[in-house]
Formats: sequence, structure tokens, C-alpha cells
Amino acid sequence: MSKPRLATVWLDGCSGCHMSFLDMDERLIELADKVELVYSPLVDAKQFPAEVDITLVEGAVSSEEDLHKIRLIRRRSKTLVSLGDCAITANVPAMRNPFPVQAVYDRAYLENATLAPSVPTEIVPKLLPYARPVHEVVSVDVYIPGCPPSADVIHFALTELLEGRHPQLSAKTRFGA
Amino acid sequence: MPERRTIVIDPVTRIEGHSKITIHVDEHGRVEDARFHVTQFRGFEKFCEGRPFSEMPSLMARICGICPVSHLIASAKACDALLAVKIPPAAEKLRRIFGLAQVLQSHALSLFHLSSPDLLLGMDADPAKSNLFGVLEAHPELARDGIALRKFGQQIIERLGGKRVHPAWVVPGGVSDPLKQEDRDAILRDVPEALAITLRTIAWLKGILEHFREEITSFGNFPSLFMGTVKADGGLTFYDGKLRIVGASGAIVADGLDPARYSDFLGEKVESWSYLKSAYYKPKGFPDGMYRVGPLARLNVADKCGTLRADQELAEFHELQRTAVLSSFHYHQARLIEILYCVERLEQLLTDPETLSTHVRAIARPNALEGVGSAEAPRGTLFHHYKIDEQGLVRWANLIIATGQNNLAMNRSVLQVAERYVHGDKLTHGVLNRVEAVIRAYDPCLSCSTHALGQMALKIQLIASDGRVLDEVARP
Repeated sequence: MSKPRLATVWLDGCSGCHMSFLDMDERLIELADKVELVYSPLVDAKQFPAEVDITLVEGAVSSEEDLHKIRLIRRRSKTLVSLGDCAITANVPAMRNPFPVQAVYDRAYLENATLAPSVPTEIVPKLLPYARPVHEVVSVDVYIPGCPPSADVIHFALTELLEGRHPQLSAKTRFGA
Repeated sequence: MPERRTIVIDPVTRIEGHSKITIHVDEHGRVEDARFHVTQFRGFEKFCEGRPFSEMPSLMARICGICPVSHLIASAKACDALLAVKIPPAAEKLRRIFGLAQVLQSHALSLFHLSSPDLLLGMDADPAKSNLFGVLEAHPELARDGIALRKFGQQIIERLGGKRVHPAWVVPGGVSDPLKQEDRDAILRDVPEALAITLRTIAWLKGILEHFREEITSFGNFPSLFMGTVKADGGLTFYDGKLRIVGASGAIVADGLDPARYSDFLGEKVESWSYLKSAYYKPKGFPDGMYRVGPLARLNVADKCGTLRADQELAEFHELQRTAVLSSFHYHQARLIEILYCVERLEQLLTDPETLSTHVRAIARPNALEGVGSAEAPRGTLFHHYKIDEQGLVRWANLIIATGQNNLAMNRSVLQVAERYVHGDKLTHGVLNRVEAVIRAYDPCLSCSTHALGQMALKIQLIASDGRVLDEVARP
């Protein structure tokens, strides 16, 4: 029997949830025996593959590219997990929401620039008016709160999911943990 | 029939962040230009507006989950300047320990988790195996060493700060809690293993350099300026000091620069095709003011590391080239020498009884309306600059991040590698992987540099000027 297929994705986040994933340390070696990591910033697969069993999503949906990506990922994932507070509540990325997008751009590319002040528009994806939680855009099956969730919590949740159970996390982690 | 075309590598993988590379090829099959595009942006400099300055260290740490400690430190130092206090000596030592632990873990991540597949399995290896798990299969002892070394750094952060990622322990005026003796002792017990891993990894890397002669010649091997922070005696430091800039010959161009006055000598240019601004040294103008930061630059500017083994390795490192060490391939070796320095320096600091002092925080209200904090983050010099109002609410912020300071050099490097390896109409994984690998050598943190991060699906195409796809590679 082939191993379950796992993917991890960064949207608008800080990568802290991915670092917490790596903080499983030696348990990564066991995990490598149990699952196949088919897509992740840590591997070279560049196209999000079809028929992924579990996808962990870090970060909020903040740009046009995030939006496009998460819709594709949802279609191709059996179980979609919002990993961490940015995926679940939009958290830090949403702190820009009270400001018009243009004002956010202007600070970085007009006010705080020495040469050629202008907002980049070629090739780079546009920011959406608001950074939003993943479940506002696509359906989400499992939520793992924390900023970031600890390696123990991620390990527990993955183990439960691989055993076919829905992880009960309320006693183990919380928002801002 | 030869045609002009553009090659797109999207996304660049095994780096910390979201980017793509475009390579423009003329009708004769020659590379005309190549660009490194960073494609995220979040806007921390704006949305911190109106928030209490005391929130800044914990908020700004969320710029990056890989080097949150560097942001904590630079931000807290900017806040120290707002308080106009001198922090207790023990707090400064504890912050230094925290910073060293983070440089160590971040460097371990870069070398073992992200770049070791290229170095161990080769630039042309099967992309399905070119990752940490492939290394675990082929060279389990090295992969385990990498996991253990990163864990050593992360555990120090956890013991001091309460958690591994985004600890809230560094605060304006110092740190929130003293170091407990049992934690100090536990860290010291782990030092010998960390040292042993570091030494054997350095020996391994030096042993394989000869297999990468071609890459060393073409991976960002060109003259540029180098900038880093040095102590008063010219030694390597990550926490505090003055900035020094050296030229390609290794000669000092500027010394004793006050980081708080960064805007006098550093400028940033916006490119319409990237969210990452390009920093340059103002007196030389743009683009001649191109400079590099991070491990390679720090070892090029420092007179010494100041610890025994790291200084031995530094002496050998300087033998690579009589001038400054110019090839960005050598970032890898520089990173390992810095890990060695971190291990040695951590042991020195932790055996200093003052690190157990309970006087770790100066309490004050804001006494200045503007403050700059800087530190050497794993990837280079980091600046946080805040202005507040009388109520202590942030009115304006500017951040200059290491990776932006390498942006000009990264773009030049991508071009150099493309010119060397990209020919004709056919693309191979090995060719494209080399273009990505030179970026990995810089260990860019795009999360930091645009204060955002992401990742997406791949497409590599050769597109003719009429839009026809000449060749396409879809990685599995």
C-alpha cells in the first residue's frame, strides 16, 4: 500500500508554522517513513499535485496569487488543515486591513525609497483589498491554532489524522499559544 | 529558426520565501538578462502605525518565523533608544546568547535542510530526491547531524524564551526573565555534541569543494562591496558595533559607520518587477554601490572571529582568495565558520556568571521620539527605525532587511550562472537547478525582505517571441 501523501503550503505567513513543523526534529525521520511529502517549500516539486491526502496551510489569503493557489489546493486535497493563527483568523496579515492597500504600498515603495519611488506592478501579484482567513475562501477540515502551534501539537495532529481520527486540540493549544 | 525567448523558473524552491526567476535569451541563444523577482508584500512598515511602541518587538518578530530573534533584538534595540536607557549588562549578554542561538539554527537550516541536497546529491540530482528526506536516505548521518544542530539552537531559544518560534522574551529595556541555572547547565551539556557536528561538517564541506570548481567560478563570483558589523577591535559580532565596508580587494572603504545613521550612506531603489527593493551604498551610487551582506561579507570585513577554532578556520578561508573572498558559493563555508564561532562564543558567554544575574530589565517611559536598532541577522545587517508620538504610539517605521541588501548581487549572480549554463533551446533540471542554487547560497529570506512570504506552483517554459512554447519542464 502506498504511503499517505502530505503537502505543506505557505500563503501570507511568516514561515513560523513551517519552522515549528521542522521543530519535530528526529520525529521528522519517523514521519518520512509514514508519509510521502509530495509538495512543500522544503522539496523541489513545483506543481501542486493531484490527490493529496493531507495539506497543511500556513498563512492568510492576501494576494491574487494566494487566492488562485488555495482554490487549486482545495480541489486537490482530501483533508485541508488550517495551520496556525494566520490561516485561521488572518491574524498579523489582517493588521493591514484597516488601511487602504494603496497606503500600505505607498509607505514601502514611495515614502521609504531613495530611487525610482513607484509601486511594483510587473510580474508581482496584486494584494487583495483585505487579508482573509483560509476558510472564508475555501472549506477547511481541521484547525490547529497557535502562533505557531508547537511541534508537539503538529505531531499529535498529524498522528491522529494518519490514524483516521479528527484531532481534539482544545486542551493542547490555543490562539496565540 | 532562432528566436528571442524568456525562461521562467517559478517558484524558486528550497529557499525561504516566494520568488521566480526570468532569463531572457536573444535570437543567437545568448543570455541577455536575468532577473530575480520577489512576489510577496505585507506592509509591516504601515500597519504598525498607531500601535504602542512596546508591542513592536513581538509584532515585528512576526515578519519572519526563521529569524524572529533577530527582529526581536533589532526592534528591542530601537525601543531601548526610545526609552533612552542603557540596558543591564546581564540583559545584553542574554540577548547576545539568544542571537547566537538563532544564527546557528538558521544557518543549520540553510545548509542542511535547504542546500545540502545540491552539495551531497549533486546539482543534477533527481528533483524528487533533492530534499532533506532524500539526504536522509542517501546520507542519514549528515541529515541527522543537521537536525541535531538546528535543534541545539532552537532548544537554547526555547530554554531562554519559553518557546522556539516567536518567544516574547526580548523586551524594550532588556529581557523579561533571567536565565535559570538548570537551563544554563543543560545548554552547556549539549555544547560538545554541537561542536563535534560543526567540525565534521566543516571538514566534509572543504573536502567536496573541488567537485564544485565550475560553480565556484560562476556562482556570483564578481567584485562588489561587502558590509558587516564589527566590534571596536575589528572582530566579528552579531549584536552591536559599527559598520565596516570593504571593497573587492579586501581594503577598507568605510569604517566606524554608525548604524543609527544608515540613511546617510544606504539607499534603496524600487524595481517595477519585484517587491524587493535593492539597497546600495550611496557614495558609489546605483548600481556601483552594490554590496553584499551576511556570512561571506561578515568574514570579509572582520579582522578576526575572536574564538580559537573559528579563527583557525577563518585563516584558512582567507586562503581561498588573496583579495576578499568573492564567490557567493563560499557563503556555505562562511556560514559553517559562523556556526563554529556561535558554538564557541555561546560556551564563553554561558560560563560567565553574570548571565545568571536577575537584573535583566531597565524600566522607563519613552524619552525620545525616534530610535534606530540594528543587529547582524543570520543573513546580514538588519535595521529597525521607529518614530513615535508623545503617547508612545508608533507614527512611522522603516525596516532595512539583509536580503534586500543582497538583491543587486543576487540579480547579478543569477545572470552570471545563466550566462554560464543556459545555452540553446533545451532546458535541463541541472541547468535550472544551478540558477536556483546560486540563490540558495545567499539563503535569502523573502519573508523578511518584503515582510511577507508564500509559495506556489511551477512552470518552466521557453517561450518564443511570438508566444510559442519551445520547451517546457514540469517538475513532478
